[in-house]
Amino acid sequence: MRQYILRRLLIAGPSLLGISLVLFTVLALAPGDPFSDLATNPNVPPEVALALRAKFGLDDPVYLRYLHWLAAMAHGDWGFSFVSRVNVDTLILQRLPTTLYVIGSSQLLALLIAIPIGVYAATRPYSLFDQIANTFAFIGFSLPTFFTGILFILIFSIKLDWLPFVYSTDISGTGLARLGEEIRQAIMPVMVLALFQAASLTRFVRSAMLDVIRLDYVTTARAKGLGQRRVIITHVMRNAMIPVVTLIALQIPAVFGGAIVTEQIFRIPGIGSLLISSILSNDTPVVMAVTFVFACLVVFFNLVADVLYGWLDPRISLR
Amino acid sequence: MAGLTLASPSAERRSYSPRREMWRRYRRHKLAVVSAVLLLALVAAVVFGPFFWRVSINDIDFNATLQGPSLAHPFGTDDLGQDLLARMIYGGRISLAVGLAAMMVSVIVGTLVGALAGMSRGALGHGLMWLTDLFLSLPQLPLLLLLIYLFRDGLKAAFGPEGGIFILVVLVIGGLRWMPVARLVRAQFLSLREKEFVEAARALGASPLRQVVRHILPNAVGPVIIAGTIDVAAAIIAESTLSFLGLGFPPDTPTWGRLLFDAKDYLDISAHWALFPGAAIFIAVVAINFIGDGLRDALDARRVI
Repeated sequence: MRQYILRRLLIAGPSLLGISLVLFTVLALAPGDPFSDLATNPNVPPEVALALRAKFGLDDPVYLRYLHWLAAMAHGDWGFSFVSRVNVDTLILQRLPTTLYVIGSSQLLALLIAIPIGVYAATRPYSLFDQIANTFAFIGFSLPTFFTGILFILIFSIKLDWLPFVYSTDISGTGLARLGEEIRQAIMPVMVLALFQAASLTRFVRSAMLDVIRLDYVTTARAKGLGQRRVIITHVMRNAMIPVVTLIALQIPAVFGGAIVTEQIFRIPGIGSLLISSILSNDTPVVMAVTFVFACLVVFFNLVADVLYGWLDPRISLR
Repeated sequence: MAGLTLASPSAERRSYSPRREMWRRYRRHKLAVVSAVLLLALVAAVVFGPFFWRVSINDIDFNATLQGPSLAHPFGTDDLGQDLLARMIYGGRISLAVGLAAMMVSVIVGTLVGALAGMSRGALGHGLMWLTDLFLSLPQLPLLLLLIYLFRDGLKAAFGPEGGIFILVVLVIGGLRWMPVARLVRAQFLSLREKEFVEAARALGASPLRQVVRHILPNAVGPVIIAGTIDVAAAIIAESTLSFLGLGFPPDTPTWGRLLFDAKDYLDISAHWALFPGAAIFIAVVAINFIGDGLRDALDARRVI
């Protein structure tokens, strides 16, 4: 097992490097550079502009610039936001917890919705319940998150006036009242993300269950006289959930995409809305850093899924 | 041989040409048939709409701002009094065109990479698969946003505001979605290239290119068609997401996502403005997804239905 984790870590390293290379190539290929304003600014003498360019190594060969950038990123020196005049890493660390909190709770809710429905549908394939669940799942992942978000705001905030549609960080009050308010404002964004995830997860769970349910050992369990509940939960589900873990990991990039949109709709102060606002205000260091953080998160969760996979299915880690 | 076929029980069913057999299978998926009709209607409305609904998309009328649906404006008006039906017809053309074009890009790139990886037995195949896995673990939306952010000004200057963004959006969306196609094509190639009929072609002296184009590719095309169909839906969602975040087409180009972006600040007074484009995106995407599901039934010859 330890060897397996080590091997996975060794694979994660190069893929992070690969991603950083892709990001840097994109940046290097892009027209314009951060000092183009200096060249046209009459208040800056040309020799100062040249000195600045030399100091930041903008005229170095590309591979040197990449190594330079990589070393700086590894040191935690992520640069300085042009707009908010704060170090980029403090800016991101301030906002990361909110994003992780929203994504985590929606993922949990999605699992709570998808597993029971998927399992029940798989025990009665092609029944009415299965067909309805399947149709809803299809509709669920065809509804883009930005539209569900708007529909939720229309129904629950504007028509019914039950929930607030702007997420605020400084809620007044203390104790239970404050906690209630915090939960109330998180309901809609979490639901939007969770429903979208649950739709595709339901289909995964159903097909994974169907793959396992027809295996011989399940027939054996039934022949021994075990009850349906016992067979499904302890025999089928335990094995069916293993591929689901991988499928969840494959969905993670899509989850982050959904999170960016949701944060933007409900004005949640997470790193997704930070990305959008810094793109709109041309804040290149923040844009690069947030994209890189998203990439790191994807690699990290893939690693977690791989390790979980090896733990759930020991055959994998022995290979 | 003839006697054998007669004796088998399946001979009682009439046999059809492959095309008819596909249609027979597709028809059994009721929702897929309904979806195909819906999608055709949507495409027809978007393509031929301007010939029947001759209202300009830019006519500003401050006497009729934020009006709900009426006879003069079947889909209502926006905050400048512009007719939403005309704007949605125009935007639909762009949204659907982006979906189709991005699908073409992803299918072409995916097929090329998958075919190369499937045919080569050495380092090239491994390298290409590593690249595919790397692309799969890239965070799609942030990268899309980054690419648009970095390149939009350059392309705008080169191809004009609308054309430049169109090329950029299509290339970027297609360029980030080819991986599933590549994997499918590679898997198909790996099994097909060992089949007897390919071996026979090889024995007759067919060049590798001829083996691929005449023998392997036609047999690998089914899953690619299904994946391509789903890709159209995904590309439409991706384009709408970009426009919805205010980073897609320029503000005066009313794609469906852009209409939603403009409408989201007026939800309380004019909900229709957001509902119509949102519903259009949803109908297009759900119809395409159901068509893909129907095609899966129709093209998988091994499945009995």
